[in-house]
Amino acid sequence: MNERNENRMKTLLQHSLPPTGGATGPERDLWPAMLRRLELKPAAAAPASSVCAWDSAWFDGVLLAGLVALAAIFPSAIPVLLYYL
Amino acid sequence: MQNEANNILHLFRQGDALAFERLFRQYQRAVYSWILRITRIPAVAEDLTIETFWRIHQAHAQFEPLRGFEGWARRIATRVALDWLRSQRTERELSLELCAEPASPAVTDAAVTAEIRVQIAQAFTRLPPKLRVAATLAVLEELPQKDVAAALGISVTAVKLRVFRALRLLRKDLERQGITP
Repeated sequence: MNERNENRMKTLLQHSLPPTGGATGPERDLWPAMLRRLELKPAAAAPASSVCAWDSAWFDGVLLAGLVALAAIFPSAIPVLLYYL
Repeated sequence: MQNEANNILHLFRQGDALAFERLFRQYQRAVYSWILRITRIPAVAEDLTIETFWRIHQAHAQFEPLRGFEGWARRIATRVALDWLRSQRTERELSLELCAEPASPAVTDAAVTAEIRVQIAQAFTRLPPKLRVAATLAVLEELPQKDVAAALGISVTAVKLRVFRALRLLRKDLERQGITP
């Protein structure tokens, strides 16, 4: 894709999805909702996070092993894997 | 004044609840507007602002006061928004919501019909989230690439690469639908 096409794509995107500007704030004060979330933390979040961390580490290991095996069996897949990283 | 601000940051690092509230009230607007730039949906931005501050609260011990609060909060907010984008599956509904607000007549290309704009918005939501966030911030919001790089925790070159890949994938997607950009 050359520079002209790139600029054309940028213009099309900007026409389709106008910028938010980011100058607005929330319509309400979010502190009460934040307090409710903090109150939920000890009951729900703490045990769940430790289980999730273990699950995640186990899953990451299996995924990594799968990728290494794939790269060993099909070396031609390495560029494709790198592209999607 | 500066001393008081530094004091609040140090108290927050030690887990002080009042310091956290002060920081929340001071930065909720900035965090919300940053997330809104990425998600483009106000209700979602509100929920994700709460999620961001919850993660900030959980990570208070890792906060480094010398590096400032806003940049740190922005990086966490970007990760939260990215997680949300990854969790989305309802592409059509989302993209319709994204382009519900029409572009101003001054910037609307006459050749680009409303239908094509919707198709472009839908194609945009199909991009991999990492590329989509980079393109949203750098192209749609026209933010400096340095700021985008800092928020994503990558180099400016990587931002340029992600934007380029996003535009190329978008172009291919549109061509598959018979739209020649």
